[in-house]
Amino acid sequence: MLQIENLHVSIGDREVLKGINLNIDEGETFILFGPNGSGKTTLLMTLMGFGGYTVTAGKIVFKGVDITEMPTYERARLGIGMSFQRPPTIHGLKTRHLVSMCARGREIDVDGMAKTVNFEDFLNRDINSGFSGGEIKRSELLQLMAQNPDLILFDEPESGVDLENMVLIGNTARALLDGAEAPSPETCMRDLRRRNKTSGLIITHTGYILDYVNADRGQVMYNGVLCCDTRPTRPRDILDHISKYGYKECIRCLN
Amino acid sequence: MSELSPTLVDLNSYSFTGRQSPELPDFSSLSDESKHELRMVGVDVDATGERAGTFVQFDHSTVHCKSSGKGVEVLGIRQALKKYDGLPEYFWKAMDPEKDDFTRTAAKEELHGGYFIRTEKGVKVAEPVQTCLFIKGQNVGQNVHNIVVVEEDSEVHIITGCATSHDVTSALHLGISEFYIKKGGKLTFTMVHNWGEDVMVRPRTVGIVEENGVLQNNYVLLKKVKSVQSYPTIYLNGAGAVARFNSVIVTPTGSHVDTGNRIVLNAPNTRGEIISRTITTGGTIVARGEIIGNAVPARGHLECKGLILGGGLIHAIPELQGCVTGVELSHEAAVGKIAQEEIEYLMARGLDEDEATSTIVRGFLNVEIMGLPQELRESIDRIIAELDASDAM
Repeated sequence: MLQIENLHVSIGDREVLKGINLNIDEGETFILFGPNGSGKTTLLMTLMGFGGYTVTAGKIVFKGVDITEMPTYERARLGIGMSFQRPPTIHGLKTRHLVSMCARGREIDVDGMAKTVNFEDFLNRDINSGFSGGEIKRSELLQLMAQNPDLILFDEPESGVDLENMVLIGNTARALLDGAEAPSPETCMRDLRRRNKTSGLIITHTGYILDYVNADRGQVMYNGVLCCDTRPTRPRDILDHISKYGYKECIRCLN
Repeated sequence: MSELSPTLVDLNSYSFTGRQSPELPDFSSLSDESKHELRMVGVDVDATGERAGTFVQFDHSTVHCKSSGKGVEVLGIRQALKKYDGLPEYFWKAMDPEKDDFTRTAAKEELHGGYFIRTEKGVKVAEPVQTCLFIKGQNVGQNVHNIVVVEEDSEVHIITGCATSHDVTSALHLGISEFYIKKGGKLTFTMVHNWGEDVMVRPRTVGIVEENGVLQNNYVLLKKVKSVQSYPTIYLNGAGAVARFNSVIVTPTGSHVDTGNRIVLNAPNTRGEIISRTITTGGTIVARGEIIGNAVPARGHLECKGLILGGGLIHAIPELQGCVTGVELSHEAAVGKIAQEEIEYLMARGLDEDEATSTIVRGFLNVEIMGLPQELRESIDRIIAELDASDAM
């Protein structure tokens, strides 16, 4: 699904990503750990193609297409979606309108989708205007449901979210990644699994999201490079190690 | 300061006489272009929507005037002056004819028309009354006087469209408007301007609102005009009176628009709100606003926000004047550009840059808060969409 090869990215004169190699397969969910300022968000922004993030070397391939120089909206149309951590308020743009635009002409049931994230009361409000942490996440998930991407980038899905919202957000994220359909007489579970090929790349600090999504692999980003590429790469183990020993082991490991 | 001084009007270069038009029973005889111009400013040319009354002025003649008779009277001003012995309570009563050169000219020149609209006490008029002041002839000077009287506990929405025929480039519009909102009355007044490129517009408006009365004023100007200068003043003279102004203004290169509103809080528990959204794509906008607090408790808020897209100038001048202890007045003003972050957010959802920009512009102008009838909103949306397609965006 996604191949990142020797990716170097600068913001201004400062090199933030220093040679990232990462593959994410179809249907795979990958967890990215790392301390503040290590370059995790920069990686997501670069994958989305935002201004200010200059790729100085390496390439990004998505679904077999080199997207390194592709404009953001083409990446989105090709199937990359992102849940923003701090999305901007756009005055006068109703949430309902944005959600329906995310579907790009496909028929969707905005009200039904909003109901699953308990967001019906926000549809007629300006997008992100005065939204709390949990409301922002639910709004982002609602937009992603409408957009229906093949690769979802989550930037800290648990930041600023209370416990009750965390359950809803975690379960919704899982449904997006695993497919929310239940098996029926026409379709068995095996076929549903085969059909659902949504991949995920999730940044987390706390690891709460691991209680909900089926994380396949994980790595730590430290100072612009990925480490923990030898076993164990199981996200739970990495999280345990970080909680026990902190990130200082990463320094030892990288040197 | 020179670039901001209002464009001078040479009153002698316009003809104030001789442009008479015959009465029109309906709009079917108009050219397609004229119909289009009228539609653009909210006139229900095809009689598809419901209207409580209609008044149309072409150049120097009132060509169409009728009301459905349900709680609202719609007359040409000359007819009203005759019928009501010169309208001694209303004609030039809120407005001082000695205010400036334009009011003096309006008082001195032949009165070409304008409307007199009066509601019946206690009646909430369900459908809007539409009026249109249309200039069809080159170099025409149009001099109209409008009076709106909203009687006690009644309500009405008036939609006024001002336009010029597509082949008219130069003209002068002088319009005196006086609003009288009695106790508990509510007037929603929506004005849509669609002038020609060389047209000079000098409306002069004053309103008086009594106890618990409400004025909701909407102003939309999206097309090129040589110069508009207007500064409606509303006096909230009765306790609990409210005035709200929403303006949406776009100036292409060559437009000079100097406009704003003044609200005078003269009684306790009055509230005033002035909100303007301006975009220049090359023209000049002076966005004024003034709230004067003479009584307590009283609250006023003023908000001028401007976007400069592709050159031009926006000069926001919000003014607050508090004259008593305890008055609460505030303002916020901003002149800037579309945030890159907002464009990228929408692009991450699959909108290309043009779609993202026009979505943000539409949201910024926020015509929706005006609560306009659907067909007028759609017509405004179409003009905004055309605007997006231009190079300036």
